[in-house]
Amino acid sequence: MSFGPYLLLAVLEGLVSAAVLALTAVGLGLVFGVMRVVNVAHGAFFMLGAVIAWMVADALPGPPALGFAAALVVAPLAVAALAAAVDFGVLKRLGYDPDATIVATIGVLYIVEQAALSLFGPDARPVQAPFNLRLQLPWFGYSGYKLAVVAAAVVVLLAVWLVLSRSRAGLVMRATQIDGETARAFGIDTDRVYAGVFALGAGLAALAAVLVVPIQQAHYLMGGDPLLLSFIVVIIGGLGSLRGTVIAALLIGVSEGVVSVFFSPTLAKILATLLVALVLVFRPQGLFGRRAA
Amino acid sequence: MAAVTLLDARGLVRHFDGLKAVDGVDFDLAPGEVHALIGPNGAGKTTFVGLLSGRVAAQAGTIRFAGEDITRLPAHRRVRRGIAYTFQITSVYARLSLAENVGLAVQSRGGDRRREVPEALARVGLEGEAGTLAGRLSYGHQRLLEVAMGLALHPRLLILDEPTQGLAEGEIAAFKELVAGLAPATTVLLIEHNMDVVMDLAQRITVLNFGKVLARGSPQEIRADRAVQAAYLGD
Amino acid sequence: MSDTGRILSLHLAVLAALLGLHFVAPPYHHANLARVMVLAVYAMGYNIAFGYTGLLSLGHALFFAAGLYGTGLTIQLAGWPAGPALITGLLAGAAVAGGLGLLALRTAGVSFMIVTLMFAQAGYLTILYFTGYTRGEEGFVLPAAARSIGGLDPTGEAARYLLALALFAVALAVNLGLVRSGLGRVMVAIRENEERSRMLGYDPFRVKLAALAISGLYAGAAGAAWGWLFGYVGAGFATIQYSILPLLYVLLGGAGTVLGPFLGALAMFYLIDIASGLTDAYLMVVGVALVVLVLFAPKGILGSLRERWLRWLP
Repeated sequence: MSFGPYLLLAVLEGLVSAAVLALTAVGLGLVFGVMRVVNVAHGAFFMLGAVIAWMVADALPGPPALGFAAALVVAPLAVAALAAAVDFGVLKRLGYDPDATIVATIGVLYIVEQAALSLFGPDARPVQAPFNLRLQLPWFGYSGYKLAVVAAAVVVLLAVWLVLSRSRAGLVMRATQIDGETARAFGIDTDRVYAGVFALGAGLAALAAVLVVPIQQAHYLMGGDPLLLSFIVVIIGGLGSLRGTVIAALLIGVSEGVVSVFFSPTLAKILATLLVALVLVFRPQGLFGRRAA
Repeated sequence: MAAVTLLDARGLVRHFDGLKAVDGVDFDLAPGEVHALIGPNGAGKTTFVGLLSGRVAAQAGTIRFAGEDITRLPAHRRVRRGIAYTFQITSVYARLSLAENVGLAVQSRGGDRRREVPEALARVGLEGEAGTLAGRLSYGHQRLLEVAMGLALHPRLLILDEPTQGLAEGEIAAFKELVAGLAPATTVLLIEHNMDVVMDLAQRITVLNFGKVLARGSPQEIRADRAVQAAYLGD
Repeated sequence: MSDTGRILSLHLAVLAALLGLHFVAPPYHHANLARVMVLAVYAMGYNIAFGYTGLLSLGHALFFAAGLYGTGLTIQLAGWPAGPALITGLLAGAAVAGGLGLLALRTAGVSFMIVTLMFAQAGYLTILYFTGYTRGEEGFVLPAAARSIGGLDPTGEAARYLLALALFAVALAVNLGLVRSGLGRVMVAIRENEERSRMLGYDPFRVKLAALAISGLYAGAAGAAWGWLFGYVGAGFATIQYSILPLLYVLLGGAGTVLGPFLGALAMFYLIDIASGLTDAYLMVVGVALVVLVLFAPKGILGSLRERWLRWLP
């Protein structure tokens, strides 16, 4: 294969990771934006989504599409419910103190990971894709499912954007984000908003994981990379900015696909982590955010 | 070292997003004077003293203190040179004892904690409370503690940002006596809303309005100034 | 008894008890205690940054690893004698912490946590990237012969315990001296109210940098001692878990107390030890401990004691 098609393949692969990454990172960014909580357990919620997807698909007989469809509904809802419980049982009691919530979500991360290991086991397990379509390009065939993942991510992100910018729920969220005290004074139940946002953030991660699990198997340690990459994306995109997050996810996802073709993945990761650290130090508003006065 | 001016600021400017908080202010302080800074809310008083103390960076202009240019000096180095600042919103170490609060001020200039801490507390009438946690004090007493911390720095210039806010009548009288006793060793710049305090203490008054100097002069002159009356009594 | 008298007697009593245990503790616990003492030095360092200065770092594993590899690689690759290698290790801890501080201390709060986390992660990946030299996750064992310093052989159980105790005693004494010194008071002042401290004439950046460098010196010393005493150097010590562990020890024992890190390390070590006898899900214990601590005892064991009864506790 000559260079051009090779690059096209890398870009396509990059688009798929960018789509999954954008969903995951938007969840993390939403939680940080509205609640000012850095959710270290976000990757664990992602992993849990994948594991539950496997369990659901495994338990349901019949065609793979049916099991997958069920997983697509059950996994995000189950993870969102767990997240709401964590918010209610732990984060709310800590008064959303930034330091304390980081420590607590580290604890949640360990608990979820260990629970997954104990109940699910150490092996990686596959989930079948709902359909097996192969798109034949002039140079190579490409999985139709992967393209469907990209399309699904775009639809979900548009929906999230619509909810945030057009609906009453979105208005309530933004009001809470800007000033929780005042929002409460205007009769907004901020406790419910926080629980809802935390559940939504975790649910998005779980949804991303369900989409990815036919491509990449479910494993109890699979949450580490999405967590790290989501951090990177949210920080580069500018903390709390949806558009910046999506742009950064595209940038990181595609360039990761391309870079890992040319560099060793370890070196790519070293450079990416250093880049994030330096962005936080020298441009805390993110590469795409504007500096607040 | 008989400088005629202790502090000399020329053309100070600080804008926030188009808001002209301080807009070309010239200002000077004579050694040993008590100078009051007054003006309506939002006139730029706190920003202005922030520029002098180094908490806010100037966008234009120069500040000279005791003959040296300190415009680019960070706040903590200005404190070491003798400019002390007490916060408008009380800022003490709430979870530390009074003795520790004042001790940190004494330590900053290498003083003798054992001797000077009780002294500084006694000057503001808090000598009986050395072991109390600062957060347990009433608001008025916390303000006095701040003044004690400022004094313990042995500053050449003490900037007091609304020091009598929240003090009871008797405490205000004691406070006035305290400030009056500081001259001539310490020059005092006072932001104050209580006009009795201003008129009794200040030798000179500067009036700020919309980031500019509206008037300057003795208490009598300021009292008689038409522009000041207009700014205060309104349209 | 004066406060100073009480403080001295308490800390001497702890050291004396540890010396006494050398003679009476069963071999299993004897070996555990040697490890706990080295880990406690690491946690003490963490406490200097977090407990006293208010710097919540998630990257201390980097400083521990700097000590561990600073000693291990100079012995293994450069063939240095153990003495200079040990000193290199502990200085590497301080130097890496200082260098990281110059950058990371431009941020605060949540950003500081993420920046330290990212730098430590980059450090861990760098160790993996140079697997040819570092042996990566698998690590390498330092031969006994290369570890002795002029006849002082750290490989025996007894010597190991006493050397760990000596390190612990020095670290404890320095820690006690530090928190009662002028710098120690200013560190607490910065933690309590940074802006006020600046307006008393202290430079918050310099104080925090000093605290972080001292903290890194402790972590480096613990890492160097670990490699020297136990003879194993591996990338596992540079993972995020090893940044979380000292945080856990300090939270459990009591942030901002001199003996808290040791108490927390001891309690956590045995909690995990007992739990792993019952189940292999020991991470669950760590996770639950973190959540329970931060919810119900944010001041830790000694912090709560100090609040109620022992106000003189340093």
